[in-house]
Amino acid sequence: MLVHLRRSFIFAVICMVMFGFIYAFAGTGVAQLFFKNQADGSVTANGSTLIGQNWSDTKCPGHPLGSCVFQGRPDDLGPYAANPKDDVSGGDNPGVANGVNGESGASNLGPRSKVLLANTKELVAYWHKMGVNPTPDLVTTSGSGYDPDISPMDATVQIPMVAKATGISPAKLRALIASQTHGAELGFLGSSYIDVLDLNVAFAKLR
Amino acid sequence: MGFFFTIVALIVCLGLCWRYLGSYMEAVFNGRVHYLRFVERPIYRALKTSPEQEQTWKRYAGALIVFSFVSLVFTYVIIRIQGSLPLNPQHLDANGPALSFNTSVSFMTNTNWQNYGGEEAMSYFSQIGALTVQQFVSPAVGIAAAMVLVRGFSRRKSATIGNFWVDMTRCLFYVLLPIAFISGIIFVAQGAVETLAGTISFHDALNGVTQTMARGPIGFMEAIKQLGTNGGGFLNANSATTFENPTGLTNFLSILLLLSIPVALTYTFGKMVGSIKHGATLLAVVVILFGSWVAFTAAAEHQNNPAVAAAGIHSTVGNTEGKEVRFGDTTTALFGVASTSTSTGSADASYDSFTPIGGMGLLTGMMIGEVSPGGTGTGLYTLLIYAIIAVFIGGLMIGRTPEFLGKKIQAREVKLAGLGALVMPITVLVLTAIAVSLYVGRAGPLNAGPHGFTEILYGLTSQGNNNGSAFGGLTGNTNFYNIIGGIDMLAGRFGVMIPALALGGFLAEKDVVPEGLGTFRTDNGMFTGLTIGVILIIGGLTFFPAIALGPIVEQLSHLRFF
Repeated sequence: MLVHLRRSFIFAVICMVMFGFIYAFAGTGVAQLFFKNQADGSVTANGSTLIGQNWSDTKCPGHPLGSCVFQGRPDDLGPYAANPKDDVSGGDNPGVANGVNGESGASNLGPRSKVLLANTKELVAYWHKMGVNPTPDLVTTSGSGYDPDISPMDATVQIPMVAKATGISPAKLRALIASQTHGAELGFLGSSYIDVLDLNVAFAKLR
Repeated sequence: MGFFFTIVALIVCLGLCWRYLGSYMEAVFNGRVHYLRFVERPIYRALKTSPEQEQTWKRYAGALIVFSFVSLVFTYVIIRIQGSLPLNPQHLDANGPALSFNTSVSFMTNTNWQNYGGEEAMSYFSQIGALTVQQFVSPAVGIAAAMVLVRGFSRRKSATIGNFWVDMTRCLFYVLLPIAFISGIIFVAQGAVETLAGTISFHDALNGVTQTMARGPIGFMEAIKQLGTNGGGFLNANSATTFENPTGLTNFLSILLLLSIPVALTYTFGKMVGSIKHGATLLAVVVILFGSWVAFTAAAEHQNNPAVAAAGIHSTVGNTEGKEVRFGDTTTALFGVASTSTSTGSADASYDSFTPIGGMGLLTGMMIGEVSPGGTGTGLYTLLIYAIIAVFIGGLMIGRTPEFLGKKIQAREVKLAGLGALVMPITVLVLTAIAVSLYVGRAGPLNAGPHGFTEILYGLTSQGNNNGSAFGGLTGNTNFYNIIGGIDMLAGRFGVMIPALALGGFLAEKDVVPEGLGTFRTDNGMFTGLTIGVILIIGGLTFFPAIALGPIVEQLSHLRFF
């Protein structure tokens, strides 16, 4: 018993040093040396391309908020942020504007939840008011709470809204969406997607 | 189409793991791999042991249990005093005692159930020095235990079954460390965060948004989290977040890593007992179960979410609630099944928002004892426990003394195997009954109706099987759930592992009976079918009444919302 305890203690210390600190520090060293941009969070001048942002409160003079940009998914950082009553976010606080300092996390609402039904209806009404016929991605929240991506279809259905607010022709917007679409990784892993931040940055240049 | 190629790529990669990682691990545990001798030797010297000093199963089990509890205490102390430790840029405070108990048990038992949100509760010191360490150590303990049972079959008339410290050291340095480090580089190259610099704030002039995001040494923790079938992520939303799992490629790599060792161990088993065919028989059990689970879970998740349908939105992209665009519905289902059929429990979506039948796919993957292919090591020994029961039942049917790989399976072995197979269902069902009977238990679920019951059942099944995935709506950070969860995890870990170690010890003492004409074959399709039958009857029938009250009722209550 005492032998076991002594060995356990020594081995636990060895493991803590070796597989805790040396592993993590060596990893961080390699990461910072060779992949600094990724390791720091893929930050651009407008924020991280890996973190979804709230586009629904963007000021569009003469038009409804958020109508002159492409919007992302209605995560805690999306339309919910404008409505603190909808505290549906399993850990995040949508009352904190733009999800600042919030934890990552999903709604965790079950498929037959009344709350989910009510939220979805509210989002459908929101999109209809914006003149958009929404896709499922645009009326459901993501797993992380800040999905930075939408599918090409999700962007395409927003064309009428964006065209109306900015006066840019739908054909140009379609070409922009096509140029911003990433295929699945290696052609087959995962789905094709558009990074909403990249899309809006490219769109701002176009304007 | 993409999903089809994903499956093909997975089969090819896992086939290579099975053959080559499997035979590599055999060489490692039989002491034929030496390239890190300069690391091994000083460790053995510090521990005053050596590969020649073999242990009896009782001493082996003693060392394993004492080491596990020392690990538990280390983890507990670190997360209790993290506020006074360095590497804490967010100045996070200590975790409370009940939560710390649950968390330290959780990481020691390879469960990685998390009643806390990582970015808001754990300092970098805790993540690195306590949790990542356990993510290396706890799978190594599982593999060591599996090696004892395998040696029970491969040795004859042997009083000893190996040396715990040597098995641990070899597993950690030769298997886990190199694979984890290389995978960590891929995670980071793809975009996973790896820094010690604390949170970051951005301001976007385009929309006026200011954000503050938690960061940390995530990428390399991610690699061992998946490889060791741990599942406990750095961030609350686990592999659904882009900082942990940035692309479709890392998602695939995660699935591959978490399946690689459990699948490869069936080859290691075959090679060690001198019959690759026996390893292939176990692999066939795994493949058939895993394939069926993926098929029906992916089909379920490709359906529209009932609430979204009721709001008038037609979906051709499946159930999108709680899922990430870059992964898609079917690949997310594949990830979920891989994570719950092993003891990983990582999540690239909100499992709580899966369709009722999709969620049932995840739940039942754990309920059958996590054998398809199960956790690192734990999967192999649980599978062997079921195989022993199958041999016993097969023997009864043809009226012969059952034998498995030439070892007579007698009353003592069957009792131990029965114990190993029944501890988990009993613990899970009794604790679920307690939780739903008490007000504090019923206060946990977020969702109402049958889904709320499923949240409780899922939580206790997950902890009892040392899985760690969750229907995240359950509020687990209460004294009640922290404590019964801790008990659940300890019972699920040691209630199966100790019978497995004893089985290994007793089997090693036996001589091999020569194979005769009347020997019941244990390396053919018939035996594969029999083992699957035993797994489904023990797992399926034991839990059927509970499942009927949860996901099945939910699926059948068409058009109703709770």
